[in-house]
Amino acid sequence: MAQNKIGRQTIKFVNRPMITGMCSVVGKKESQGPLKDWFDVKLDDDTYGEKTWEKSESKMLKEAVMTAIKHSGTREDEIDVMLTGDLLNQLMSSAFMARDLHIPFIGLYGACSTMSQAMLLAGMIVDGGFASNAVAGASSHFCTAERQFRMPLEHGNQRPPSAQWTATAAGAVVISDEKKEESDKLVPPQKTICLTEGTIGKIIDTGMKDANQMGAAMAPAAVDTLLNHFEDMGRSPDYYDIILTGDLGCIGKDIAIDLMSDAGLNRKVLTNIYDDCGTMIYEKEQDVHSGGSGCGCSASVYTGWLFKRMKRGEINRALVLSTGALLSTISPFQGESIPGIAHAVAFETI
Amino acid sequence: MSTNRNGKTSGGSGAKTIQKKEVAKAYEKYAEKFTPKPTYLKNCIIAFIVGGLICMAALYVKNRLTAGGIGEEDAGTFVTMMLVCTAQLLTGFGWFDTIGKVCGAGVIVPITGFANSMVAPAIEYKKEGIVLGVGSKLFSLAGPVLACGISAATVVGIIYWAMYKF
Repeated sequence: MAQNKIGRQTIKFVNRPMITGMCSVVGKKESQGPLKDWFDVKLDDDTYGEKTWEKSESKMLKEAVMTAIKHSGTREDEIDVMLTGDLLNQLMSSAFMARDLHIPFIGLYGACSTMSQAMLLAGMIVDGGFASNAVAGASSHFCTAERQFRMPLEHGNQRPPSAQWTATAAGAVVISDEKKEESDKLVPPQKTICLTEGTIGKIIDTGMKDANQMGAAMAPAAVDTLLNHFEDMGRSPDYYDIILTGDLGCIGKDIAIDLMSDAGLNRKVLTNIYDDCGTMIYEKEQDVHSGGSGCGCSASVYTGWLFKRMKRGEINRALVLSTGALLSTISPFQGESIPGIAHAVAFETI
Repeated sequence: MSTNRNGKTSGGSGAKTIQKKEVAKAYEKYAEKFTPKPTYLKNCIIAFIVGGLICMAALYVKNRLTAGGIGEEDAGTFVTMMLVCTAQLLTGFGWFDTIGKVCGAGVIVPITGFANSMVAPAIEYKKEGIVLGVGSKLFSLAGPVLACGISAATVVGIIYWAMYKF
């Protein structure tokens, strides 16, 4: 009998694991965006001093993980498990980052939904008593994603208005069963963020085949997970101070709001509390068309902006859903449509 | 319901597949409502002007060359080489992608676009080595165009030959 399961898809973190450390690392374009003052590490140069883009991304994720561990007041050998993921084939950034750290490692692939997938699983591992400290992280890099999924960087082409820009960013959190003394001594006193519930998403495929319409392909998956979360928990959207999706972008965000209000949720409440990381990370003038995407987009906005605001006490209850488009590099050529997914994690401050 | 070797389901699933396709079409239409249209007219005008300017410049150089005593055919080859080299250089400096973003088909349709589609992967895959990186990816963009273009030319050539033969 699953004791901690509520309804069809939701799980409850009974022991309320806490976020004790976090870090966000972003590239040059992201550090010129509207959230520039929130990020922890900002690169002047997207190569990060490395010879290949893959190495740069790996280094960014490593930096995020190491700083988050340091920030949590734990030592590297006190971390029981690390769950990270990225967009590259065979999880190159994550695995190559993990080979330098002597921390038990599980690689995750959830496309752009990886950050909430990692936090959900790390939360379950800590909540179940299988670890005291777990790291959850994700990264993406414009140049690595572009060469794997699209065109070489120097190729001259025109992107359609629905295209999104893969964020060069990484984020990591440390989830622990107890707070370390060090984080208490901070001035001014900060609130503690707890994981309360999580909703595991289903794959929703609407039959969209256009790889430049990711937001539209993922929006129904986000709405499905949200509605299931509300139904399982018996809540309405106004229970939360903020609901954040990962990278639906401008088009996907509009579709998500429209679908949710069609499902009977209050459109006015939604426009007040609902936002999307993909629309927050860049300015309209930065020529990113429909907004940001990639695992790093939601990972950096959660760790850089959301959790910091929660610690300050400006936001008390938050629901985050990173959204993923689970297409492969060959599936569009085989005529396959794009499967979408979204996992939700709810946070509360105490 | 059974699945045949090609992975296509047969029998009772036919209606389901049709229904799925209809749902997909309906959603695509719905999503289109939220998607801003590309600025087709503006793109066309810019492409027409830029493409035309490139051709004008090329013609001017060619005329100068023929006036200087170079044969018509050789002058054409020299101009083509100049266009290719310029596009390659611009790609190498990292400017062509920006030019391509603004001018679109204006620079992609002339041979400049072809040059860019060769050099861009060459730069991109340099890190994987000269042979297995650059060597194998050099034609990743231009290859499909060449293969289909040459095949089409062959077919047309055979028809042309046949028309005069019989």
